[in-house]
Amino acid sequence: MSEKINAYQSLDKLKSGVVENWEALKQKPLIMVGSATCGRAAGAVEVADSFRKEINRLQLDASVIEVGCMGHCYAEPMAVICNPGFPGICYGYLDEGVASRLVQDFLVEGDPCVEFALAATETNDYIPTFEDFPRGTVEKKHVMEHCGFIDPENIDHYLAVDGYRGLAAALSSSPDQVIEEVKASGLRGRGGAGFPTWKKWDPCSKAAEKTRYVICNGDEGDPGAFMDRTLLESNPHLVVEGLAIAAYAVGASRAYFYIRAEYPLAVERVAKALDQAAKYGLLGKSVLGTDFSLEIEIFQGSGAFVCGEETALIASMEGRPGLPRHRPPFPSESGLNGNPTVIDNVKTLSLVPFIIQNGSSWFKSMGTPGSPGTAIFALAGKVVNTGLAEVPVGTTLNQLVYDVGSGIAGNKQFKAVQIGGPSGGCLPGEVLDTPIDYDTLTRAGAMMGSGGMVVLDENDCMVEIARFFLDFTQKESCGKCTFCRLGTKHMLSILERITKGQGKPEDIELLLELAEDIKAGSLCGLGKTAPNPVISTIRYFRHEYEAHINEKRCPSLMCKDLIAYYILPQKCERSCDACVGSCPVEAIYSNENRIKVINQEKCVKCDSCMVACPPQYKAVVKVSPPDEVTRKEKVGQ
Amino acid sequence: MILTDEEIRQAVEKTREITAGYDTSRGSLIPVLQKIQDHLGYVPAPAMKETAHHFGLAAVEVYGIVTFYNQFRLTPPGKHRIKVCMGTACHMKGGNIIMESWERVLKIKVGETTPDREFSLERVACVGCCTMAPVLVKDETVVGKMTPTKVDGMLFSHQLANKKEGMPQ
Repeated sequence: MSEKINAYQSLDKLKSGVVENWEALKQKPLIMVGSATCGRAAGAVEVADSFRKEINRLQLDASVIEVGCMGHCYAEPMAVICNPGFPGICYGYLDEGVASRLVQDFLVEGDPCVEFALAATETNDYIPTFEDFPRGTVEKKHVMEHCGFIDPENIDHYLAVDGYRGLAAALSSSPDQVIEEVKASGLRGRGGAGFPTWKKWDPCSKAAEKTRYVICNGDEGDPGAFMDRTLLESNPHLVVEGLAIAAYAVGASRAYFYIRAEYPLAVERVAKALDQAAKYGLLGKSVLGTDFSLEIEIFQGSGAFVCGEETALIASMEGRPGLPRHRPPFPSESGLNGNPTVIDNVKTLSLVPFIIQNGSSWFKSMGTPGSPGTAIFALAGKVVNTGLAEVPVGTTLNQLVYDVGSGIAGNKQFKAVQIGGPSGGCLPGEVLDTPIDYDTLTRAGAMMGSGGMVVLDENDCMVEIARFFLDFTQKESCGKCTFCRLGTKHMLSILERITKGQGKPEDIELLLELAEDIKAGSLCGLGKTAPNPVISTIRYFRHEYEAHINEKRCPSLMCKDLIAYYILPQKCERSCDACVGSCPVEAIYSNENRIKVINQEKCVKCDSCMVACPPQYKAVVKVSPPDEVTRKEKVGQ
Repeated sequence: MILTDEEIRQAVEKTREITAGYDTSRGSLIPVLQKIQDHLGYVPAPAMKETAHHFGLAAVEVYGIVTFYNQFRLTPPGKHRIKVCMGTACHMKGGNIIMESWERVLKIKVGETTPDREFSLERVACVGCCTMAPVLVKDETVVGKMTPTKVDGMLFSHQLANKKEGMPQ
């Protein structure tokens, strides 16, 4: 009982003054610029500089802080301005000019410039909030609640928004109680496979060996997935807290962050977070004044996709090639250096503090009975509003694509959504009403995976998509299992043949046969799921394969070898030279009527002329098969 | 690849300096190699031999690690590194078109370095900026929404900057 008072008391001591400082910060104008990697790519650093410069020039008493990403990546660079007397307003699509104008107009003259506003961050009478948009009705932010609203490099901000309370709560109960709570909550691993989290924790905590490890798996390798990066960059302390709770529950005194090498900013921010937490006594010897002690280190991955698999991850931490091994023994019995080890995904660990604080019944009130809670999805591809969305498990694909993503960009037709990365599949419009959880997606032929969703429209070729993923898994196959190593190679060469118009009618059946063999003959998830993109595209889009094979035609006009660019003579404006200038290889010339013509021999099919042709003419088109050009030229179309 | 005596000496010296800060447990092997690459830009054969010596391994085991992981380079990188993202979203939005544009303007293939060692061209799996697709990373800066004309522009402004500094092209 004495310990109970201890952990909370120590936390309260740390928090003294923190909340006041946080409120004081908001008493003055406060500008929060989203500067995670995605924001930086869009120019957030320049925007932040521009804010600072203008504030200095006008000698204003205002602060600019760099925060993480709130998930509305489509509108980057963006910033939230809290000007006392106004609700917090979020601005999007900023540039340096707009930034300096906002300082002058809003901070000095009190005009909130609603023309640049995306939404307000709190309810008011003038500007709608994010919750007032369709997206807001679907989203349920817990893990991402503070992403984009606190400085990830400042532990005080996290403490001010009730951070580390989950850890204090955990330390006030016994490790067994923590595991019981996680078990009751039904939390399943958010890394992809959906393995119940407590089933990893329980055996580890009961192991005879006392030296145990906990690893946070931040080796987010799925192309199209970026929520782990965002979390680590936007709210690293939340993940540290979750990792600390896991370590307490299983009785580990050493924990690791395994972060992939491609995420330098995430590594930097987690390193800072660990330093600060250690200084505050939240890590190290006697955490929050209790007997529990914990050291956390960062291990940087080296760019191997297969290391997302837990046994391969352990191998790479031990300084060996990242080859998966047979399970059992599971890592929870024999993992890093032969010791019991728990490995959990970034998102799984981020949910843990909330479960401990709010209880398992709260967690179970969201999501589906089989998979409770929320999940984070990364929306990318051809939707209008790309970004991250935290929604209850069981939300339909329809809601994600149309409510959160605002539908397909450029008035195009929706074709499919690719979910689950290279292990997942492509789902067509017919199954859009499927509620997303681990089991329904598997039945539909895809996989929740880590939650990356790439939306595809009518211009995306499904054979090419399948080829792309196979190319990826084939390169990333570690080479241990013959079926994975050689089978994916075979499938890839067949797919390459098809996309080049050299497919044979029997290829489709051969692909399906190979797919079954690879699934059966591979040890780890990489091989077991590698054929999924091919199987699901054949299942739902067989006609596209057939068009490639039988007619040597790419219906989506994407496969380079099966298309040609052509300028419609009746649409070409003649006096306009936009396409000629844009061509990097000088393949476009004017004929005797000054109509532009593409020299097919020279053309590298780079798409530049199609982009350059002014929208009022739209004279450049793609045709398939390529000999269509000759036919068109003959009839003069 | 043939290294000059100076390069060999440098590689060995740097490796000794780095390994001195680590114990000989195998778990430190990858961090050591990462550090070597941080300093030298690649992991040359003499550095691998020296590392193997420190950990009491056969040189071929270190070579196995270096070639297994995509992060490690065996050849020196260019002064500027162009890494074109080949993730799903970038691919769908024309990442390969960007890659081909670079190959065309630099007259090298992916994985190679220009003869003047000014640029090297690489592919990365996914830099997690899918919403800005297609994306590339020039040195440490992420550049989003790439187009073939932007490629020409980047190269041109680079040449202009070099000209200003009076460097040879």
